[in-house]
Amino acid sequence: MKREIISLQEVTFTYAEEDIGIRPAIQNVSYTINEGEWVAIVGHNGSGKSTLARLMNGLLFPQTGTVRIFGEPLNEHNLWDTRSKMGMVFQNPDNQFVGATVQDDVAFALENNGIPFEEMVERVHASLAKVKMSDFMNSEPHHLSGGQKQRVAIAGAIALQPSILLLDEATSMLDPQGREEVLQTVHELRKETDLTVISITHDLEEALLADRVIVMNQGEKYATGSPHEVFERGQELIDLGLDLPFAMNMSRLLRAQGVQLVADHMSEEELVNDLWTSHFNK
Amino acid sequence: MLEKMIFGRYIPGDSFIHRLDARAKLIFVFFFIMVVFIANNWITYGILLVFTFLIIKLSKIRLYFLINGLKPVVFLIIFTFLLHLFFTREGPIILDWKFIKIYEEGLKQGIFISIRFTVLVILTSILTLTTTPISITDALEILLNPLKKWKLPVHELALMMSISLRFIPTLMDETDKIMKAQMARGSDMTTGNMKERMNAIVPLLIPLFVSAFKRAEDLATAMEVRGYRGGEGRTRYRKLEWALRDTLTLLTLVVLAVILVYFRN
Amino acid sequence: MDISLQQVSYAYAKDTPFEKRALYDVDLLIPSGSYQAIIGHTGSGKSTVLQHLNALLKPTEGVIRIGGTEVVAGKKNKKLREIRQKVGIVFQFPEHQLFDETVLKDIMFGPMNFGVPEEEARQRAIELVRLLGLPEEVMEKSPFDLSGGQMRRVAIAGVLAMNPEVLVLDEPTAGLDPRGRKEIMDLFYKLHIEKGLTTILVTHSMEDAARYADRIAIMHNGRCVLQGIPKEIFSDEDRLMDYRLELPQSIKFQKKLEEMMNKKLPSLCLTEEALAEELARLLKKEREI
Repeated sequence: MKREIISLQEVTFTYAEEDIGIRPAIQNVSYTINEGEWVAIVGHNGSGKSTLARLMNGLLFPQTGTVRIFGEPLNEHNLWDTRSKMGMVFQNPDNQFVGATVQDDVAFALENNGIPFEEMVERVHASLAKVKMSDFMNSEPHHLSGGQKQRVAIAGAIALQPSILLLDEATSMLDPQGREEVLQTVHELRKETDLTVISITHDLEEALLADRVIVMNQGEKYATGSPHEVFERGQELIDLGLDLPFAMNMSRLLRAQGVQLVADHMSEEELVNDLWTSHFNK
Repeated sequence: MLEKMIFGRYIPGDSFIHRLDARAKLIFVFFFIMVVFIANNWITYGILLVFTFLIIKLSKIRLYFLINGLKPVVFLIIFTFLLHLFFTREGPIILDWKFIKIYEEGLKQGIFISIRFTVLVILTSILTLTTTPISITDALEILLNPLKKWKLPVHELALMMSISLRFIPTLMDETDKIMKAQMARGSDMTTGNMKERMNAIVPLLIPLFVSAFKRAEDLATAMEVRGYRGGEGRTRYRKLEWALRDTLTLLTLVVLAVILVYFRN
Repeated sequence: MDISLQQVSYAYAKDTPFEKRALYDVDLLIPSGSYQAIIGHTGSGKSTVLQHLNALLKPTEGVIRIGGTEVVAGKKNKKLREIRQKVGIVFQFPEHQLFDETVLKDIMFGPMNFGVPEEEARQRAIELVRLLGLPEEVMEKSPFDLSGGQMRRVAIAGVLAMNPEVLVLDEPTAGLDPRGRKEIMDLFYKLHIEKGLTTILVTHSMEDAARYADRIAIMHNGRCVLQGIPKEIFSDEDRLMDYRLELPQSIKFQKKLEEMMNKKLPSLCLTEEALAEELARLLKKEREI
């Protein structure tokens, strides 16, 4: 039985406290994230998903409801301690790169937490190796691609050996190659450790890598389930402003053209097989 | 246009001077400025020149870069030289032609002051040419640390400096992008009369400022999330290592000062 | 207005110790009224080519012809400003160029710089606000009070307001969510058809290139290595892999199907919708047999 590591209970948050006319960014949202899970939180721009990231890291505090990390409600007293157990990577690769060089940046969180020098050096080297950026140790940020900068950010986030890695639209500003680099890196990291990963995204490929998907819409939790369960909703998701995996979309389109299929398929192989057995192999 | 600027003027290298601790170099230049004033005759200025020449050699910096460093001050040097040449009226007259009178002392002082300027500029140039801006910041932070007792926010200033330095190339790239975007909309800072050019600066500056504020906000959030709470309790990753050669270098300065005192008038 | 690049080379920081070659002997023809996609990885030179299209950069070798104007390496040219009005570029993350006090003023900035009288510029701005799907209230608001997606539309309006004959788009969907992407790309396509706007799309997305473009050019390491119509370009998968490019998903899927069926579909389908139609048609025929 996996332990609960983060939970939100009836959380409501609004940015405009005085203005009752504006809808809250997050309304009555509850969910649980278990140790070791990879949960993707998806939604259109403005659905509240980024606000959730900030609520989970104590950058914002809800007006009502509770945010629990490691079983304890998040408050000013346990904030810094909790943060040292969570690594976070933000959307803009440049605006989180603080160090003069790659290794300086990875060391930043370690310096802030008073880690002694020898240990810092060891951890910096180890983290950079995990994200495959060891060759760039002394590189300056403006010589790196977006994907490389985000990998450095991940190295910086895991240097403190956190239990949770929070990716806040970490691939939104990257080109396809960068996105692949980052997702591959996270995927590999999870093979080695029991890292809990929460990724806020509107990228399909990212959501498909997760164990579970939470769909946000207009500040409310719309649906949750495995990627398969969620994407099976097909047209609903498109109406919410999201994408469908290729095979799922293709299944939809074929059905609309009157082609009979066993189901809407998540993978291309399944779709090819269905078409073969149902139609071509007579 | 922006690609042609050699930012920070740091030229990577492996010379003796490059490998000196940044603190040693800062302290050296600081005291050198004072030591220079000890010289007051041909011998002492000669010794200064030889000393400077040795340092140039040790730094292995190409003359091209040093001359570039002197360019901004060359007018100042010439101006000061001429001032002394024509207006210092001491000693025997060496040139008397129409209304121009040049005194020996005037010529001497002119030459001495020029040497002084040149030597100072060359040495500070060598400092920035052989030391990365971030090392200089680190050195300043460590050297000024004692001032924390008098409420000087040493750590904060150093962090500000190091983050600003890291962003300079990024900001230059962004300036280029915004300039091009506005040029594509017909707003060109490089052509037109004064008024047109001034008007073209606003569409460049405002987006830069807006983006700078956003960066600052994002950075602050990222720093907070990574545990930054001010300088208390922080350890240091980037280390400066003081070696024997640093002590010896400062000693040579002392030796130089002693020699100059001995030979001065 | 045709645009052509003839043996164009470009080097950054020429004649300094930092000289860096970005383009090598690029030959590219963009016929008037066409929709051309330029594909390539980061570093392939596509951004450099883009900046030559409105003479923001001048070639260090070769000639660029933009309509009737020639930009020749090494020669001065005074007509560059006119080119900028005729060839409008929407840069990546164009919302970063917004600066004026109100949305309308920002949109009017471009046309007024090119001599369009204020009243006409204002009319164009108002029309474009509507065309881009922005609510009327935003017109007098500060652009900085808008959401990211709205700011992008304002920036795009600012370029369209100049009434260019050619529209160059540098990854216009970067950072947008799926719905935003679809809306923007459909809008540009609509403008292309309705106004006959020559459109040049610089993109990473093979899918977008397949869906919208009549011609595709592939940039690799500073050279234009492949040019042609989508069906030609996508028929050579191996060649594309040499340039580390993949086929659009729908075409990859079509190939899988063709392998399974041991039969080829009559033609290469450039979008999922087209593929679904083709398949449905084929299956109907099969049933009739």
